[in-house]
Amino acid sequence: MASIGIPANQAPKLNYLNNGHSLKSWLLTTDHKRIALLYLISVTVFFFLGGFFAMLIRLELLTPQGDLMQADTYNKVFTMHGMIMVFFFLIPVVPAVLGNFLVPLMIGAKDLAFPRINLLSWYLYITGGMIFLHCMLTGGVDTGWTFYTPFSTDYTNTKIVEAGLAIFLAGFSSIFTGLNFIVTIHRMRAPGLTWDRLPLFIWANYATSLVMILGTPVIAITIVLVAVERLFHLGIFDPRLGGDPLLFQHLFWFYSHPAVYIMILPSMGVISELIACFARKRVFGYKFVALSSVAIAVFGFLVWAHHMFVAGISLYAAMIFSFLSFSVGVPSAVKVFNWTATLYKGSISYATPMLYAFGFIGLFTIGGLTGLMLATIGIDVHVTDTYFVVAHFHYVMVGGVLMGYLGGLHFWWPKMTGRMYPEAWAKLSALLVFVGFNLTFFPQFILGYVGMPRRYWQYPPEFQALNVLSTAGASILAVGYLLPMIYFVWSLRYGAIADANPWAAAGLEWKTTSPPPTFNFDETPVVTWEAYNYDEIPHKERRAPVAG
Amino acid sequence: MASQVDALYIYLLLVAGVMTAVIFLGIMVLAIKYRRARHPNAEQIEGSTALEIIWSIIPLFVMMTFFIWGAVIYFQERTPPADSTEVYVVAKQWMWKIEHMEGQREINELHVPTGQNIKLIMTSQDVIHSFFVPAFRIKQDVLPGRYTTFWFKATKPGHYHLFCAEYCGTQHSGMGGDIVVMEPQDYAQWMAGGTSAPLQDTGKQLFSALGCATCHRFDVQGRGPNLTGIYNKPVLLEDGRTVIADENYVRESILNPTAKIVNGFKPVMPAFQGIVSEEQLNALVAYVKSLSQPPTGTAGLQSQPATSPAEPQKMQVQ
Repeated sequence: MASIGIPANQAPKLNYLNNGHSLKSWLLTTDHKRIALLYLISVTVFFFLGGFFAMLIRLELLTPQGDLMQADTYNKVFTMHGMIMVFFFLIPVVPAVLGNFLVPLMIGAKDLAFPRINLLSWYLYITGGMIFLHCMLTGGVDTGWTFYTPFSTDYTNTKIVEAGLAIFLAGFSSIFTGLNFIVTIHRMRAPGLTWDRLPLFIWANYATSLVMILGTPVIAITIVLVAVERLFHLGIFDPRLGGDPLLFQHLFWFYSHPAVYIMILPSMGVISELIACFARKRVFGYKFVALSSVAIAVFGFLVWAHHMFVAGISLYAAMIFSFLSFSVGVPSAVKVFNWTATLYKGSISYATPMLYAFGFIGLFTIGGLTGLMLATIGIDVHVTDTYFVVAHFHYVMVGGVLMGYLGGLHFWWPKMTGRMYPEAWAKLSALLVFVGFNLTFFPQFILGYVGMPRRYWQYPPEFQALNVLSTAGASILAVGYLLPMIYFVWSLRYGAIADANPWAAAGLEWKTTSPPPTFNFDETPVVTWEAYNYDEIPHKERRAPVAG
Repeated sequence: MASQVDALYIYLLLVAGVMTAVIFLGIMVLAIKYRRARHPNAEQIEGSTALEIIWSIIPLFVMMTFFIWGAVIYFQERTPPADSTEVYVVAKQWMWKIEHMEGQREINELHVPTGQNIKLIMTSQDVIHSFFVPAFRIKQDVLPGRYTTFWFKATKPGHYHLFCAEYCGTQHSGMGGDIVVMEPQDYAQWMAGGTSAPLQDTGKQLFSALGCATCHRFDVQGRGPNLTGIYNKPVLLEDGRTVIADENYVRESILNPTAKIVNGFKPVMPAFQGIVSEEQLNALVAYVKSLSQPPTGTAGLQSQPATSPAEPQKMQVQ
């Protein structure tokens, strides 16, 4: 199966893509790279589905009256948008696509530790996804992605249990991925690749995996409890049955707040790789950036009740959770400062992945700073459950995660496919995404502070101007997201052939062919250098185009 | 309160603006200054522990100012002054029902006078709602099965938006209304237009009609505790705990009396869960709270048969 004796600077005859063309060779593959591509296709489908619902939301909100669709339809539309984007796109996207592809390559391993469990992860995800699509096509759910009780257990006749089952399965897919990464990173590193030589993307995925395996079981249990109350009327959350509706919120946010770090941490890892490569420098404060990922993962478990400052928790509980929430701010700030400092005295190129990295820092800075405002209780009381919160979490979860994902996808596309993407189009799309994103979501901060609640189908006319701006921005954003879809597909056939290391990047994944052979490396690499040894790798402008 | 929240918000905006400017300008300046055309060879620099400590400690210090200022405002928001006028709010899909102590009732409108502290005592009949008045910068979720409270003081007459901020189903975005703030004399006039009995009087009638007075007597020791002056006082429970007899305690003791038995009494009171409506419950709670003195009327003195067969009763409080 493995490719044999191919020089690194030639396109290999046999690689993971052309090693078997049958449908079976894809659907029953245990190759982490093929599974990554399966994920890539499936999360892309869900992304555009979720995006379609987002456009419906923005169109309805173009006018103050509820005129495009019925209230119930609107409620289902934003619920579908949220659930698809959170559970079937944002949570799996970076770990399951880029992580799956890169974790073994970056540490010099042949595959993940449990290749078949990796395939099982994808099947769980797809089964969950199919159940969710069935649920959506046969009526959908109208609770919002947050499932708040007792609305979800007693007051809606939509398909809660079915949607819950879909998310339950997707959750196990993410637990297995986390488990696989942790074992792989512990046990399968190439000789010489010590912890303090690991790429920061690996550190970030390691921290993410911890959150996945510790947090996800809690949402699984919570879904089961909701189903049990709904089906058998056991009093868990409904006060009329002796339950406590706030218990649900505690359980839900105990997972769903750390879930934000499942989304953002891997993207932060991507950004560290991009900045190092396109500034030709070791990441400033490597150890602090690595450990800040772990710190975010750990502190992330201690802040869930900041979603509940007005929910009826006690005065002092609210104050403690406010205090703890700021603790996540410090490691996040440390990352941003270190990335910025990495640019100092670098040799910076403005290739598309780097533009996305700049965009990430910009959007994450705004998302993070508004997060600090929300952690400040006196402000949160006013702006929670308004568009301020909507804007904030889109800046972090969409602005942050998608900028990292798209930046990473452009960066590793030549490695994944052996083809280059068209640089000019890519730069244009990066610009459209950045401008469109800000035009869509920045007005929502203002909208929230002046008092527009979220999940509103109709709204007072004084909010219209800002909503029109937001919808206009969303149209630009949509073009920005559609363009890469088109030119990536185009590049598969017409893109320039990529050599093994088109960016002259450090990292083991660039030391094998593009695309890599099925078992990644012809010989197990031995690592004798620190991560990001860019002083030893001349950049392309100064050398013959041969991989280092 | 709104101006305090805005002052804090402006402070946060300033800090955030400065931070954003530092990072954006930093990136732009560095990215341009060290662009490859101008600076073809990167110079490798290791990290700096001193810098790491500086840019951890300074943000932490700044964040603590956010925390403290925000917590102070929150503490005020959640601590109603003793002289607050109480108003009961019952939320349901999809309307706000307001009950003034004087007996006036409103739907999706709340009339209040300027300059008066208003304490809202809120509960929901069905799902979770949230009482949100953007102009006052306040919001509080309204839960089924318990009371949540907050307070505000309106300063300027006018109509202000009332929104439901917690998603509650089909007509969530239609579950709004107006806070009508009036000059005190206009408010008095508006209030005089009503004909209903004050809330605690309704409660007093219910207290009698539901047979509560049989055991909760004010003259002699009944089978239930004497309720005079219990509100907001500590109560010793059978299991040795002490709780404060606040609105939620009184409410729970009516709906589910055996949850917290007062020391020295037996768990004989029937549960009123599902028997009294939220409005009746509010009236009963308002009545119990009004009992700082033994009632002069008839409620506690009515000589109903002390052993009315179906309802041996029992409640809290010494």
